[in-house]
Amino acid sequence: MTTTLSPGDVAKQISQRYADAVIETTDTAVLINSQFLLDVAAFLKDTPGLEFDYLTHITAVDYFEYFELIYQLTSIKHNHTVLLKTRCYGRENPTVPSVVSLWQGANHQEREIYDLMGISFEGHPNMKRIVLWDGFQGHPLRKDYL
Amino acid sequence: MEVARVREYIYSDTELDRVESEVIEELKSSAVQPIADPDEWLDEVVKRNILTTTVDAVINWGRRSSLWPLLCFPACCAFEFIGAMSPRFDLARYGMEILRASPRQADLMITAGTLTWKMAPNVRRIYDQMAEPKWVIAMGACGISGGIFRSSYNVVPGYNRIIPVDVYVPGCPPRPEALIYGIRMLQDKIANRRNI
Repeated sequence: MTTTLSPGDVAKQISQRYADAVIETTDTAVLINSQFLLDVAAFLKDTPGLEFDYLTHITAVDYFEYFELIYQLTSIKHNHTVLLKTRCYGRENPTVPSVVSLWQGANHQEREIYDLMGISFEGHPNMKRIVLWDGFQGHPLRKDYL
Repeated sequence: MEVARVREYIYSDTELDRVESEVIEELKSSAVQPIADPDEWLDEVVKRNILTTTVDAVINWGRRSSLWPLLCFPACCAFEFIGAMSPRFDLARYGMEILRASPRQADLMITAGTLTWKMAPNVRRIYDQMAEPKWVIAMGACGISGGIFRSSYNVVPGYNRIIPVDVYVPGCPPRPEALIYGIRMLQDKIANRRNI
């Protein structure tokens, strides 16, 4: 069975490399600063012993004050997994870096989040709507969408 | 002689998105009111073509006894439809054992499932491609009115917004028996048709 790595241990390893990246560590996830997202993701993917070579899913939650993005990373090689979280602020044009350059599987998921939550991903090769049609007004999964 | 191009082919990705958006918006704005039962408005169109002999009884018999349904399965009602088609309920008893994948060979569209606005232009196009005479059965709550998804931003509130529906089969999903009853009702409707 896949083991869940302790977020504290993972956070410790991240902090050794990127001192300011980790904002908070909870029982279930590591919360990181969105500026460091791409660096931290690349670090987690390439560091021997971690090697998260598979992105299970990305999802987004609307907390009104901020949007939280949750990345579940899995290592097929070591059969372990960890949850990575990041936050982006502002409702007009929230932006986070795209991780498509690391995991191709992020492509459609990021487009779906853009479509339904309105978070744009910087560096995404094809940032446009996927489920709804072009020209649809608003982003339906936001809490203030009526 | 120059042949007029029926359809412009689009190769650009962004252009495709823009055109799709236009098509959906146009269909959405034109689909405000449900379309009435075809029997109510079809008469006026074909009144001058009326034929009241025993021939129409024979033709109607032929039509109702070989309804070929079209594959139109946007969602979960499809499984009840598949159940109805398979040996246990055996829809083939009514002369409709052949499911057509091509709309040009089908007479009956059974709309088994929720329809989204993104999919709506395609269903409309499939309906337009079916040869006359054609019939539509709205199967399940979603097909009739949008069902539990009616107030959603992306769901068509009933197939009758975009295509005329002949028979409504309620249920979520309807049992195969209900669908078979709906098809029997449609066959009765065809049998009573006075115009060809």
